[in-house]
Amino acid sequence: MGAGRLYTAVAAGGFRRYATYRAATAAGVFTNTAFGIILVYTYLALWDEKPHLGGYDQAQAVTYVWLGQCLYATLAIQGGGVEKDLMERIRTGAIAIDLYRPADLQLWWLATDLGRSLFQMLGRGVIPFLVGAVFFPMALPADAGTWAAFLVALFLAMLVSFGIRYLVALSVFWLLDGMGVNQVLMVTGIFFSGMTLPLNVFPGAFGEVVRVLPWAAQLQMPADVLMGETGVAGAFAFQAAWAVALLAAGRLLQSAATRRVVVQGG
Amino acid sequence: MGERVRDALRAYLLIAGMWIRSTMIYRTSFAVTMAGNLLVTGLDFATILLMFSRVDSLGGWSLPEVAFLYGLSATSFGVADLVLGSMDVLGTRIRDGSFDTLLVRPASVLAQIGADHFALRRLGRITQGAVVLGWALAFAGIDWTPAKVLLVPLMLAAGAAIFCALFVAGAAFQFLAQDAAEVQNAFTYGGTTLLQYPPTVFGKDFVRGVTFLLPLGFVNWVPAAYVLGRPYPLRLPVWTVWAPPLVAAVCCALAGLAWRAGLRAYRSTGS
Repeated sequence: MGAGRLYTAVAAGGFRRYATYRAATAAGVFTNTAFGIILVYTYLALWDEKPHLGGYDQAQAVTYVWLGQCLYATLAIQGGGVEKDLMERIRTGAIAIDLYRPADLQLWWLATDLGRSLFQMLGRGVIPFLVGAVFFPMALPADAGTWAAFLVALFLAMLVSFGIRYLVALSVFWLLDGMGVNQVLMVTGIFFSGMTLPLNVFPGAFGEVVRVLPWAAQLQMPADVLMGETGVAGAFAFQAAWAVALLAAGRLLQSAATRRVVVQGG
Repeated sequence: MGERVRDALRAYLLIAGMWIRSTMIYRTSFAVTMAGNLLVTGLDFATILLMFSRVDSLGGWSLPEVAFLYGLSATSFGVADLVLGSMDVLGTRIRDGSFDTLLVRPASVLAQIGADHFALRRLGRITQGAVVLGWALAFAGIDWTPAKVLLVPLMLAAGAAIFCALFVAGAAFQFLAQDAAEVQNAFTYGGTTLLQYPPTVFGKDFVRGVTFLLPLGFVNWVPAAYVLGRPYPLRLPVWTVWAPPLVAAVCCALAGLAWRAGLRAYRSTGS
């Protein structure tokens, strides 16, 4: 079996696994819609007080909220993607089986996560976004080119998101319990991705720093590409640079982990 | 009745104690999760601070006033979250069949499932909410009267009870749809988030919904508006300021009924 076909099959497996839980998906759609409504009201109050905050108008702020709800599960912004399974396999020792497989560990989990992301976007993300578009004024582009660029930015965001979570998961080789790092993943994910507030609203030097961290590649970049607030080439370069850096770091950590660490279990 | 409650409470404390001991096996992880919990929950307030770094008021309310709402909402939710926050594991237990084990034990099922995976790290949210509340009490410029002083602890207790009722109702719902545990997040986490912002931020129909339909407004909005001397967006009689304990009692009774109905309708997966 060719490598391409292997990883496509793995990705399809990831997609199907999440697609199995229909009630969970429906529950997620409901929750994301509820949160979207709450956030939209607070953003509208904020932008009412200060129009053009962070360079967005009200419609753009609303669009940002619903895109955030759409990408929340897609990019596993606060964790809860395949890294959870990976951590559990490292903790129990089942990872030894994965290492015996004639497949690359990182690519295997990346493929699974991409399958998961794709399902979460189609099954869980699109509906809240459409609800938002129906009931609130949004700033959406009319030309196909922008949408295509947005899809590329989204794919790059998926790579960055996986890159971050893979590093966090591998830390369990040393820590054995993933609860603590999961919390850190959650804090950093929610805050630095701009789930609570767009990063371009963050003030001063703090804002400057936050906007160049890898999390900025997750929600802020796709949002700005979609709404034409940033140059497409620059956004792609930023996202791709972080994706490469994170995936390379993942590789290094993976080889250190598999060489030095004794697998638990028995 | 009294004896049953005492037994249930005892079972709850025993199980919670067991979980605390088991958490303490991984001490570093506990320290990090506790700090993480403080941070995660603190982020909500950090967001509010960030908003106020760009504006002077939100929906007409100043920062200390919003902090007052935030402190009340976060602290009362934190208490409920500590006590019953792990109830979303019920769906998993039903799916894998381990729920049956709880049914054959000679202890209250609600106490067993409530204390399941008891997480001491959730003290983080309470600590953080209480700190913000303390700050707000000092700086919100409240014109104190004995009634207002009495109202603050009353709000916290009633608020925690209302959120507890939501957790129990959410668990009861999982008897119907095991995989849909996330629905309750919209009400619990969504609820505490929305109550951190002034009612004036939201649309009037929305405020009506969370006052009369799902009475979250009684956790803090209605009494807090009175304490701060601000008009509530809806016309409510003055006595409603003292309604939170009543609302909490009704919510808890309804949640209890829902729980019983769910438990009675339970059919084991047989696996």
